[in-house]
Amino acid sequence: MNNPSILVIDDESQIRKLLEISLNAAGYKTYFGASAKEGLVMAAGHGPELILLDLGLPDDDGQNVLLQLREWYQNPIIIVSVKNSEAEIVKALDNGANDFLTKPFRTQELLARIRTALRIAGAYQSDPIITFGNISVDLNARLVRKDGELLKLTSTEYQLFAVLLKNEGKALTHQYILTEVWGNGYAEQTQYLRVFIAQLRKKIEADPNRPRYILTESGVGYRFITA
Amino acid sequence: MKDELYNTTKQYFVSVATTLLVAAICFIFRDYLSYKITGYILLIAVSLLAVFIGLKSLLVAALLSALVLNFFFIEPYYTFHIYSTEDALLLLMFFIVAMINGALNYKIRKARQAAQLMEAKWNTMRLYDTLLDSLSHELRTPIATIMGAIGIMQDKVNPLSESDKSRLLAEMDKASHRLNHQVENLLNMSRLESGHIKPKLDWCDLEELFYKVIDSLAEELAQHEVIVTKREYMPLFKLDYGLMEQILYNLLYNAAQYSPAGTKIELGLIYKPDVAFEPSEGIPYSCMVTVEDNGNGFPEVDITKAFDKFYRVDNSKTGGTGLGLSIVKGLTEAQSGKVNLENKDSGGARFILQFAAEVMELKDISNE
Repeated sequence: MNNPSILVIDDESQIRKLLEISLNAAGYKTYFGASAKEGLVMAAGHGPELILLDLGLPDDDGQNVLLQLREWYQNPIIIVSVKNSEAEIVKALDNGANDFLTKPFRTQELLARIRTALRIAGAYQSDPIITFGNISVDLNARLVRKDGELLKLTSTEYQLFAVLLKNEGKALTHQYILTEVWGNGYAEQTQYLRVFIAQLRKKIEADPNRPRYILTESGVGYRFITA
Repeated sequence: MKDELYNTTKQYFVSVATTLLVAAICFIFRDYLSYKITGYILLIAVSLLAVFIGLKSLLVAALLSALVLNFFFIEPYYTFHIYSTEDALLLLMFFIVAMINGALNYKIRKARQAAQLMEAKWNTMRLYDTLLDSLSHELRTPIATIMGAIGIMQDKVNPLSESDKSRLLAEMDKASHRLNHQVENLLNMSRLESGHIKPKLDWCDLEELFYKVIDSLAEELAQHEVIVTKREYMPLFKLDYGLMEQILYNLLYNAAQYSPAGTKIELGLIYKPDVAFEPSEGIPYSCMVTVEDNGNGFPEVDITKAFDKFYRVDNSKTGGTGLGLSIVKGLTEAQSGKVNLENKDSGGARFILQFAAEVMELKDISNE
C-alpha cells in the first residue's frame, strides 16, 4: 500500500481544492464526490482506503450516506462537520464513523487523523504487548507497566483501558464506552466514566491535567491516541 | 395598573365597570350629595380612565356616566326625562367635558408613545452603529492581515526570506484564529437570541475542563500565569460541558486580552455542600466558579452594563465586539446559573459564576 487513496465527499469546491493539494502533497491518491450520489458512486467504483465525509451535503443527509456506505464499506470513514453539532457527531459515530473533525480544522490535524486511521486499519494486532511512550501493556497477562514498574489498576480501570487500547485513534462516545465496560444498563451513567477516566489519567499520564493519551472530546466522548 | 390596556374587550370592561362602581358608590350617598357633585365625581372618574384606555371605550364611559347621571341622580329618578333646561345643559356639558378630557389625554399618550418609539429606534440604530463599528474592525483586521500577507507572498519580484515567510504565516494563523473566534461568538449570540440553545446536562469534571480550556488558549495566555485553585477532591457537577467550555473560554480570552502581560489570572472552583453562596428562593448555588485577573478592573459606573450586548469599556485598547460577556451571561443563565462581576480591592476584575447544579461526590462511586 504505497499510495493509499482517499475519497473526499464534500460539496464545497474550495474545500475540495484545498484537500486535493494537501492530500496529494502528503502522498495520497485522491477522488472526489461533490454530492451524496456522486460520493456513493465514487466509493463503489474506486474502493478507497479511507473516506472523508462531510455531513452537510446538498442532495442527502450525510448520515444516510454513512449508513449506506457502512452496508458494505469496511475501511475508515472520517466525518467532517460544523461545530456545535455534538448530537450529529454522536449519531455519526453510532452509525459507524471512525472519527470526526469539526470545521474549521488544521490540515496538519486532518493528516494526523488520516495517518492514524490508516495505520490502525492496516495493522493486524498479533503481538499481545502494546508499547507507547513509557507505558507497556501486556494484553495476555493483563499487566500495565509504566517506566518498567508495574501499575496497580483496579479491574474496572483495566477494562476501561483495554477498551481504549482496542479502539486506538477512534472517537468513542460515552455510551459506547459505558456499555462496553459496565454493560447495557449503564449507557447513561456518565459519572462512572468521568471518575474512572480521571483515575486512569492519574496513573498513566505524565501530567493528568494535560493528557497526551486519553483526550476529551467535548460533548461526544473520548479519544485514545498513542502518537 | 398598566400604562396601556391593549386588549379592547378588557378596555370596555374596565370603562363600564369603573363607571358603574363609582356611580354605585355615589348612589349609596345620593341623599347626602347633590347631583352636581355626583356629576363632578363621575367626571373625575372618566378623566382618570382616559389615562388608561382608548378613545372608543372612553366614549362608552362618558356616555354611560351621562346616562347613569340622568337616570339615577337627576330628578325625576329612574327616567331619562329632564325637567329643567339647566339640568339638560349640565348633562350636555358634562358629556362634552368628558370627551374633550379624554381626547386630550389620548393625544398626550399617543405623543408619548411616539417619542418612546423614536427613542427605542434611535437606541437600536446606535447599537447597530456600535456593532458595525466594532464588527467591521474585528472582522476586517484579520482579513486584512491574511489578504495582505498573501499579497506579499505572491509577489515574485521581491521574494521573501524564509524567516519572513514563516513570520507572515504565523500572523495569518493568528488572524484566522481571531476571525474564527469572532464568528463563533456571533453564531452563539444568534443561537442564544433565537432560543436555540438547550443545555444538555451531564456530569462534568470541571477541573478537567479548566485545564482543557487553558490548554486551548495556550497561545493567548503565553504572557500570563494561570493559577487554578480548588480543594483536592472536587465532586462532579451536572452541567452542560460544551456550554461551560465556551463560558470559560470567553472569560479567559477576555482576561488574557485586557490584563497586562506578566500578570496572574486565577481560576477558582469552590463547592460547599451545605452552604448556599447566595441563597434565593430555596435554590442553593452550591457550585461557584471564579475567574480573576489583575488588570485595571472595570470602571465602577459601567460594572452593571458589562454583560450588555455590545458593551465595551470606553477607550479600551484592543478590539472586541462586546459580545463575549453577554454570551457568557446567556450561556450561564441557560443552565439556571448566574454571573456577577466585581472589582477586587487589589485591582483587577473578578467574575463569579454560580450554579445550582446537582452534585455527585466521587467517593460514592470510585470504590465500586
